[in-house]
Amino acid sequence: MNLRLKFDEPDGNNRLDHMAQGVVGQGVERPEGALKVAGQATYAHEWKLEGMLHGVLARAPSACGTITGVNTDEVEALEGVVKVIRDPRMIRNPAQGTANQAPVQGVDEVFYFGQPVALVVAETFEAARDGAARLRVEIDGKDVSVAPEAVEPEDGDNDSQGDLDAAMKDAAFAVDVTYRTPGHNSAAMEPHASIADWDGDSVTLRGSYQMLKYNRNELADSLGIDPENVRILSPYVGGGFGSKLGIAPEAVSAAIAAKELGRPVAVALTRQQVFEATMRRSETRQRIRLAADAEGQLTGIGHEGLVSNLPDEAFSEPFTQGTAFVYGGDNRVTASQIARVNRTCAGSVRAPGEAVGHTVLENAMDELAHTAGIDPIELRRRNIPEKDPVSGLPFSSHMLAEALDRGAEAFGWASRNPEPGQVRDGEWLIGHGMATAVRVNMLMDAEARVRLSPDSGVTVETDMTDIGTGSYAVLSQIAGEMLGQPMDRVKTVLGDTDMPPASGSGGSFGASSSGTSVYLAALEIRRTLADRLGCEEGDLTLKDGKAIAGNRVIDIADLLKGEALEATGQCEAGDVDEKVRQATFGAYFAEVGVNAVTGETRVRRMTGCFAAGRILNPKTARSQCLGGMTWGIGMALTEELMHDPRDGHIVNNDLAEYHLPVNLDVPQLEVILLDERDPWANPMQTKGIGELGICGAAASITNAIFNATGVRVRDYPATLDKVLEGLK
Amino acid sequence: MRPFDYARAESTRDAVDRASDAGTQFIAGGTNLLDLMKLQVMTPDRLVDINRLGLDQIEETEDGGLRIGALVTNSDLAADARVRTHWPVLSRALLSGASGQLRNKATTGGNLLQRTRCYYFYDPDTPCNKREPGSGCGAIGGMTRLHAILGGSSHCIATHPSDMAVAMRALDAVVETEGPDGAREIPIADLHQLPGDTPHIETVLKPGELIIAVRLPAPVEGAQVYRKVRDRSSYAFALVSCAAVVRMDAGHIAQAALAFGGIAPKPWRDPEVEASLAGAEPGDAAFDAAADIMLAKAKPQDGNSFKIPLVRRTLKAVLTEATKEARQ
Repeated sequence: MNLRLKFDEPDGNNRLDHMAQGVVGQGVERPEGALKVAGQATYAHEWKLEGMLHGVLARAPSACGTITGVNTDEVEALEGVVKVIRDPRMIRNPAQGTANQAPVQGVDEVFYFGQPVALVVAETFEAARDGAARLRVEIDGKDVSVAPEAVEPEDGDNDSQGDLDAAMKDAAFAVDVTYRTPGHNSAAMEPHASIADWDGDSVTLRGSYQMLKYNRNELADSLGIDPENVRILSPYVGGGFGSKLGIAPEAVSAAIAAKELGRPVAVALTRQQVFEATMRRSETRQRIRLAADAEGQLTGIGHEGLVSNLPDEAFSEPFTQGTAFVYGGDNRVTASQIARVNRTCAGSVRAPGEAVGHTVLENAMDELAHTAGIDPIELRRRNIPEKDPVSGLPFSSHMLAEALDRGAEAFGWASRNPEPGQVRDGEWLIGHGMATAVRVNMLMDAEARVRLSPDSGVTVETDMTDIGTGSYAVLSQIAGEMLGQPMDRVKTVLGDTDMPPASGSGGSFGASSSGTSVYLAALEIRRTLADRLGCEEGDLTLKDGKAIAGNRVIDIADLLKGEALEATGQCEAGDVDEKVRQATFGAYFAEVGVNAVTGETRVRRMTGCFAAGRILNPKTARSQCLGGMTWGIGMALTEELMHDPRDGHIVNNDLAEYHLPVNLDVPQLEVILLDERDPWANPMQTKGIGELGICGAAASITNAIFNATGVRVRDYPATLDKVLEGLK
Repeated sequence: MRPFDYARAESTRDAVDRASDAGTQFIAGGTNLLDLMKLQVMTPDRLVDINRLGLDQIEETEDGGLRIGALVTNSDLAADARVRTHWPVLSRALLSGASGQLRNKATTGGNLLQRTRCYYFYDPDTPCNKREPGSGCGAIGGMTRLHAILGGSSHCIATHPSDMAVAMRALDAVVETEGPDGAREIPIADLHQLPGDTPHIETVLKPGELIIAVRLPAPVEGAQVYRKVRDRSSYAFALVSCAAVVRMDAGHIAQAALAFGGIAPKPWRDPEVEASLAGAEPGDAAFDAAADIMLAKAKPQDGNSFKIPLVRRTLKAVLTEATKEARQ
C-alpha cells in the first residue's frame, strides 16, 4: 500500500485534531531516552567490529599551497601504524547540506590550515594519532590573504525595489549602522566519527549524519561507486546543528582505507579537528539602513553585507533571509558579497541566515526605536506587514503580534525603564531588551513505512535521523495517534538507508516532512481498516487498540485477521511557496546585568514566546527552544571563532577557549509555545521549531546591554572589553 | 599519544629517584598533563605516578599555619573548614577555577605546575618557544586575549593560568620539595620564573624534584578578597584576577598584599605597588596611584590592551571592598 501526497494546496481536513488517542500534543518522553542516559544507545564510534583499525586524519599546517612531499615512509615505519593513505578521492571539507554529490576532492592542493591531507591508519587510535602528528608535509606555499575584509569580494544575491536612498533622505527617523558577527562552530557534543566496513563491493558506514539519503549519494560519488552499494547507519546522533548535514572527510577516508586494507576502519575527529575541518558559520559584516516616518512606520529597509567561504563552495550565509519579509516598507535593498578566503569551509551552522542576519536587524530596530522614542515592541507591531512586502503573497499563518503580547506580559515588559543606564543593583547595571524571532518554514520530500501488526503494535521505519531533537518521540506519537495505539505499542526505527528515504534533519523541516510521510502511511492503513469495518475513514475512531465506528467497537487486532497491514507514505513538497509566504515567528525578552566595574554581562532571565504551527510534543519542542535561546546567549556574549591574522587558522579550537555558555551563564529560561495551525504547511499543520529559538535571541541580550548601560556593542560577541570602552 | 612507560612510586624517595632523567614526568591528577600528552605538546618517555604517596593531608603547623600535602585535591582544599575560616582568599580562588569535576582530580602540587593555556603552545603546528625552543612566538602578532601585559619577553608572553597560585602568592606560601639533592623550601615568589629568553624553563625545580607540600603562614588579620574577571561565568581562565589580603590600622592601610593572575607569566605581585599603599588612606587617589605604578611597566599587545583599564578597575574595586571589610 502506498499513499503519496504532493502538497500544493492547503490542508482542509486538519485530521490530527479529530483523532482520539490523544498522544499528539502531549509532552511524551523520548522512547530512546533511557538508552541514552544508560549508555546503551550505540553511537557511531562505539561499535567494535572484528579486526577494526583506527584512522586519524593529518592536517595541512598552512593556508594555501601545493604539497610537494610527505614523510610517508617514516610514519609507516612507526610501531602500530599500518598505512598512510593519501587518495585523490579524499575530500577537502564536508559536503554542503543537500549537495547530493562529492565536494571538492584531492589531497595535494591545500586551501586552508587544518585541511585533512592524509589518513594514518594504525592498530590503535593512539598509534594512529601519533602517526598523524608526526606526518610532515612539504608545501610549496602561496601567500594569500586570509581576512575577508582584505580581499576583493564577489557579488552574491541581491534584490531591490523602490528607492532606498531617497527614503533614507526623507525619513523622519533613520538608522544606518554596521554590525559584525564572528564565525561560529556547531560544537555538537559528539565529534564526527565513522566506521566503514566492506562486504565485497558494498560498504556499510556507521556514521554520525543528519541527512542520510543525501549522505549516501555523497559518499558513493566521492568513492566512485553506485549508491546501491552504500548503506549508512546513524540511529543515534549526538547533535548536529548543521555540521553533519553533508558527508565529511572522516567518512570518505574511512571507506577508502577500509577497502584498501580489507578491514573495518574507524575514523573519529578530535575536538580540534571538528573546529577546523568541519563547517564554520561565516563571519559577517552587515550594514542595515532603516528609514521610518514620524509614526515609526518603515519606509525603507536596507540589508547588505559581506560573508566568506572557500573557493568553489556554493554556500553563502543567507543573512538577509528573514529581512525579505519580516517588516514592511516600500523601498528595499538586500545584497550580499562573498569574500573567497583560505579559511575553514563555511556552511550551515545553527539556523543559517536568520541566526545572525535577523539578530543584527533586530539590533538596528532597537536603535531605531531608541532614536524615534518609540517602545521597541510597539515599533515592531507597527511594522508587521499584511502580506509579504516583496512578493505580495499572503502569509500562511502569522502570530508575531500575539507572540509579542504574550511574551511581553509574561516577562513584565511594562515595568521596563526605557531610559538607558537607570537601573542598578549594587555593582550591576540592569537592562531589559527584546527582539523578534523569525525563521523560514520548509517542507521536504520524505518517505516512511508504517506497519500495524496484530501482536506487536505499530512499527515506523524510515531513514530519518534523530539528532537529539525528538524524532523518535514525535514520529511515534503521529503513528500512535493515527492508529489508536498507546506509546508503548509504537516502535520507531530510524537512521538506516535500507529504510524509506526521509528528509533528514536540517532546516527545522524534519518533523513536518518526515512526520507527514508517517501520517500518510498511517492514513492509508486507516482507510483499509475503515473498508474492513464498512465505514468512511473519516468516521473511524481508533483508540487504545480498538476500532470504533458508529455503535460498533472491535479490537483492531481482530480487523487485521492475523496479518499485518503495511503502508508507505510519501510526502512530496509542492509549490505552496508560489502561493503563500511561510514562516515561524516569536519574540524574546531578556534581562541582563552588566558589571559596572568589569563590563562582564550576565543574563539574569529570559523569556521566549514562539508560534510554530501545531506543537507535536511540547516537551521536545520546549527543549529545542531552550537550546536555541542558550545558543543565543553564546552568540551574544561569548562565542567567537578566532582566526590567526597571518594564516587564518582557528586559534581557539577546543571547548576550553571557544566559549559556549556553561550552566552558570544560562539563567531560568521561560518558553511559551502558542497554539497555532497552519494549513499551508502540511496535513498535520505543523511548522518547524528546531531553529526558531536562536533566530534573533542574541539581539534581545545586546539590546538589554544598551538599556543597562547606554553602550551599543556592534561587534559580536559583547565581551567585557567592548562594553568597557563605553562605560564610565 | 606516544607510548610511554609507567611506574608507581612507592615512596617520596623512590619517586625522586625514578624521575631524575629529563624524559620523566610526575603524574598526580593528570588534568593538564594528559591533555597535553594527547595533543603531543608533551611527550614524556615515562610517567611516575605519585598518587599513592600519602601526601594528601592538611595539617596545622606549630606556628599556627597550615601544611597542605601536594596531593590534596583542589576540591578538598577549598572545602577545608580551616582554609575557609582563616584563608578564605584561597578557598575562593580555588572555587573560581576549572569545573567541579576537574577540581575533584586536580591536586595542589599539580595546580602550581600547570602549563599555560596559550593557544599557540597547544598547537604543535604553530611556533612556540616554550614548547619548542627557538621556533618563535606565535602569539606575538597573533591572538593575545589570554596573554601577559607584564613580565613577558620578546620570546614569550604566555600567562600562568592558576587561580590557586595567585591566592597563595598573596598569602606568602612556601613550597616544600624533595629532590635529588635533598629537601628544600622555596618561597612561592621564587617558584616560577619569568620567560626571558628561556620560556621553556618555567620553575626553579630541578629534574626529579617533587613538590611535597605547600605551607601557609599563620593567618594575618584583616580582609581577604579574591576577584576573577573572565569571559564566561565559569570554566574560563582569568582575563584578570586579583587576590588581596589587606590589614587596616586607624583608618589607614597598614599592609596590602596584592597578587594578580591572567596578566603575567607567574602570579604577579609588585612590591612598589604595596609600598605605595602602606600607610595610605583608602580612596581613589591611593588606588589610582597604585594602579599607575603597576601599569607603568605594562607592555600590552593589540589583542589585550583592554587589560590595562581592566586591571585598574579590578584593583580599585578589590581594594575598595577589602579596605571596607577590614575596617569592620
